[in-house]
Amino acid sequence: MSTETASQPVTAVANPPTVPLAAGFDARDLVRISATTQQPTPERQLTPVAKLIDVSKCIGCKACQTACVEWNDTIPEIEENVGVYENPHDLTPDMFTLMRFTEYENEETNNLEWLIRKDGCMHCEDPGCLKACPAPGAIVQYSNGIVDFIHENCIGCGYCISGCPFDIPRLSQRDHTVYKCTLCSDRVAVGQGPACAKACPTQAIVFGTKDDMKAHAEERIADLKSRGYDNAGLYDPAGVGGTHVMYVLHHADKPSLYEGLPDDPVIAGTVEAWKGPTKTIGLAAIALAAVGSIVHNVMTRPNAVSVNDERQAGDIVDAAAPPDSTPPRRDQA
Amino acid sequence: MTNSWTDIKNTDLVIVMGGNAAEAHPCGFKWVTEAKHHRGAKLIVVDPRFTRTASVADMYAPIRPGTDIAFLMGMIRWMIENDKVDWDYVKNFTNASFLVREDFGWQDGLFTGYDEGKRDYDKASWDYQFGEDGYALTDPTLQDPRCVWNMLKAHVDVYTPEFVENITGTPRDKFLKIAEMIGETSAADKTMTSMYALGWTQHSKGSQNIRGMAMLQLILGNIGVRGGGMNALRGHSNIQGLTDIGLMSNLLPGYLNMPTEKEPDWTTYMESRQFRPLMEGQTSYWQNYSKFMVSFMKSMWGDAATPETDWAYHYLPKLDVPAYDMLRMFELMHQGHVNIYFCQGFNPLLALSNRGKNTEALAKLKLLVVMDPLETETSRFWENHGIYNDVDPAAIQTEVIQLPSTCFAEDEGSLVNSGRWLQWHWPGATAPGQAQTDVWIMAQIFLRLRELYRTEGGVVPEPILNLTWDYADPNEPTAGELAREMNGRALTTLTDPNDPSKVLVEAGQQVLNFSQLKDDGSTMCGNWIYSGSWNENGNNMARRDNSDPDNTGTYQNWAWSWPMNRRILYNRASADLDGNPRDPSRPLIWWNGERWEGYDVPDIAVTAPPGQVMPFIMNPEGVSRLFSRGMMRDGPFPTHMEPFESPMQNVFNDRMRGNPVARVFESDVEQFATSEEFPFVGTSYRLTEHFHYWTKHNRVNAVMQPEFFVEISEELAAERGIARGGMVRVWSKRGSVQAKAVVTKRIKPLICGGKPVHVVGIPLHWGFTGAARKGFGPNTLTPFVGDANIETPEFKAFLVNIEPLAGEPIA
Ligand code: SF4
Ligand code: SF4
Ligand code: SF4
Repeated sequence: MSTETASQPVTAVANPPTVPLAAGFDARDLVRISATTQQPTPERQLTPVAKLIDVSKCIGCKACQTACVEWNDTIPEIEENVGVYENPHDLTPDMFTLMRFTEYENEETNNLEWLIRKDGCMHCEDPGCLKACPAPGAIVQYSNGIVDFIHENCIGCGYCISGCPFDIPRLSQRDHTVYKCTLCSDRVAVGQGPACAKACPTQAIVFGTKDDMKAHAEERIADLKSRGYDNAGLYDPAGVGGTHVMYVLHHADKPSLYEGLPDDPVIAGTVEAWKGPTKTIGLAAIALAAVGSIVHNVMTRPNAVSVNDERQAGDIVDAAAPPDSTPPRRDQA
Repeated sequence: MTNSWTDIKNTDLVIVMGGNAAEAHPCGFKWVTEAKHHRGAKLIVVDPRFTRTASVADMYAPIRPGTDIAFLMGMIRWMIENDKVDWDYVKNFTNASFLVREDFGWQDGLFTGYDEGKRDYDKASWDYQFGEDGYALTDPTLQDPRCVWNMLKAHVDVYTPEFVENITGTPRDKFLKIAEMIGETSAADKTMTSMYALGWTQHSKGSQNIRGMAMLQLILGNIGVRGGGMNALRGHSNIQGLTDIGLMSNLLPGYLNMPTEKEPDWTTYMESRQFRPLMEGQTSYWQNYSKFMVSFMKSMWGDAATPETDWAYHYLPKLDVPAYDMLRMFELMHQGHVNIYFCQGFNPLLALSNRGKNTEALAKLKLLVVMDPLETETSRFWENHGIYNDVDPAAIQTEVIQLPSTCFAEDEGSLVNSGRWLQWHWPGATAPGQAQTDVWIMAQIFLRLRELYRTEGGVVPEPILNLTWDYADPNEPTAGELAREMNGRALTTLTDPNDPSKVLVEAGQQVLNFSQLKDDGSTMCGNWIYSGSWNENGNNMARRDNSDPDNTGTYQNWAWSWPMNRRILYNRASADLDGNPRDPSRPLIWWNGERWEGYDVPDIAVTAPPGQVMPFIMNPEGVSRLFSRGMMRDGPFPTHMEPFESPMQNVFNDRMRGNPVARVFESDVEQFATSEEFPFVGTSYRLTEHFHYWTKHNRVNAVMQPEFFVEISEELAAERGIARGGMVRVWSKRGSVQAKAVVTKRIKPLICGGKPVHVVGIPLHWGFTGAARKGFGPNTLTPFVGDANIETPEFKAFLVNIEPLAGEPIA
């Protein structure tokens, strides 16, 4: 009898359908660099991207959380159960995103609502973290809106944590640098969507250009209004210039219902006041020439420090960026 | 599923009851999201807990565990009372007009024929009235008081909204709102899909829960149509394949039956199976039983299966009891009657009720063989793990052999999903260490056994010695070889019966599908329902074309579904008596004047004229059954029964405990509790962060849900002085567990019989092996009793008590 095995699958279209995004962004696309006086002026403007999280579609399955751990190779602690569904109990340097669960008794409808929000970096257009950061090149922003941390340049002062209106960055005790969601900049750079969006079974998380995501949100909001959520709306708060991670909320009039989502986030006054040409602390010598090494780190190294890297952590704290050559520029897609 | 996952996008209304699709089937649930987003479909959830599915529902109603039949019969009553009935469908496609025997009746919660001593019914009266021609008598006007419709009306009359509320605890306003939403789908151009799972099966009357919804769906005309159906969400990957292939003690592949002792010979066996039509001109497809059975016997024993040997019928074991289900096996083991137990991909220590009994049972074995890709609690049942497995290894003499096997991602083959799709897959990784495929392991055991029989002889060696084993490498048959065997092939050249000069299939070629199977020994087929999956066109299960003309959701060229690549069963019922789509906006198949055609493979002979041959071709009536005759052990209509352990007496009959025909072993009866001793209702379930007892071995899953917990209402927490996150002890008459307490608004006390009923929710994913924290499962607590028809244990409704644990948790 035949021992043949089946031929390999031929997939006509991926399911769910994914259209490759324009690939490739790099040092040329930086619009902001922390603690750097000479902000670069890019020659081109990338199309702003956004991740849209439709809270009304989310079933709280944590596939996104799991995908984030897998993609970023982090190793979060196996904690205890403390009487809630949030695990880990908070964002950690090893857990860049977290499902937060709120049991809300809606007095108007007399219904219980279980509001489940995927927490994580909002990728603010006007990033408080970056503005608060005193270490040159530790936090950067690309013209597509992604805000990324460059660990080699981070000095572990934690100012970004107080600068963030969403309480997102977390300081690692292992390498004394700060971690948060990268918006999967390493995936987006090669034309892929974020790992969390890819894993989401209900497509509650979608990713694309910010304009497309807003249009998609409109459709969802209309659907929610038809189901009686009169205050359904988009969360794209103006106080931080809008965000590149947005929510569709059933109760957009009350964001704070969703476990700590600020109603009206703004960058703390102290950060804004402090911001200025004098804010760098002795590291101002970093010039644009160093940008190459920053980008090299973004594109070629994992964003997280693995256990094996732990021993070298001490060196990284050193402010000097590793002397590295600028990587070859990739062709524009 | 009657329909498919992808078809759910076609629906107008989803009801999730007896399941928690978002939680336990998150990937399939995307089609619900799709229906909501693009069709504006609504989602109803009825569940004792406000679940993850409820979190995205338009309507949620709570229900007391184990009272679904009352809810569903109440729904049927409401539909009839409010004329929310798809009359064309009911009159033409159900047995509503069939006349029921005069001596059939129902009283005090029992149908006629009950024998308390035997705990069984004499089902003779549960039947139609027949004419002299052997066909059933009907009254198409539905006037006769003995017609099924009027019998049903009388049967459900007691289930008023007040009655339902009293039993189920579902607030009346919510019940009525849901009734209105469901009632809308009685229109021909509106459909509802029912998505259910183990929340319905794991009761001592599980099959009747499902019957209840199936009847409601028939009354609404929602079976056989796009966006409708009875959709069982299977709990394990490939558990659908397990039942299809007949891995139950009483089944053979393709839902053929294992013979019983009462069927000593082939003729007796076949007599009761080739159902003659009960109405003129109907298909009664099981008339072909002998073709499937003979082809199966040929696949097993080849040349030893001849007409002279009755196809080697004497090789088949004959059951002395209805089934050796897992409850019976462990009962026998507990009594010391079992020496060797092979445990393949199964973790009964955690997965079966009343763990204490099972630990004792395993300790009485001489040999336990565990084939599994992972460490299981069962393979370590003899190891002391403190409070989590408090045994004395020195006192256990069972020899345990662990055979590491590959997991699904490490081998090739097909998995059958809930929608009956056989999807071929390829290894994604190389198996670690000494792991071997299950097929290799089984082949090695078989070859060695055969050698022993050959050299040493033994009792009845023939079935082993003559077993067909013509694989290229006898040590490891390939998935392709096995799949081709299941499809079946011609043993001699098959010709067209009408034109013998026309060759249909050459000898040795794969048959096209089961329509070519024969009962004269000229074909072989390992599993008739899979016939067509790997024919001369190749491996149809490996097809990956996801084009879907006109977006019907049928995806005809993606993988292959049984039977015949049909995506929606009973799809003939989507068209009216003239053969036109009942809902022109959602056509499925139609009669073009000469034949049936459409988007799906017609579930009827393609030339069967509309108006004559009715859609339910597997039933000898040709129509579907609102009254199921003697097909089920516990009644032709569902009737409300309490769980074996319940906070309430059966309102129909206070002497009745549980399902009156469920099988219970004597020793277990003593271990059933009353609500005086154990005041709260326990129910067990899965969480989305884990898959059964597997993923606790995976660190990432362990991070997402690290530790065993139970869920209780704020009211019960206050009553017992339990703090959120505190340790509690939960115990039943059979055992005790310790857990963290999740205190939630998502569980609320229900008012039943005027008294509050508290529910304690007990998720099931922890044990004493793996990466997650050590913990218990609910089955330390659950009762040892199963469904009356299929013996699925009653995991979903039992009695417990709860208290805060004094002192610190034990590490
Ligand atoms: S994967 Fe999607 S549905 Fe699941 S928790 Fe994340 S956002 Fe929600
Ligand atoms: S959310 Fe916080 S960490 Fe993220 S970009 Fe905004 S300020 Fe920075
Ligand atoms: S975008 Fe990437 S880094 Fe951010 S939460 Fe999603 S998976 Fe994690």
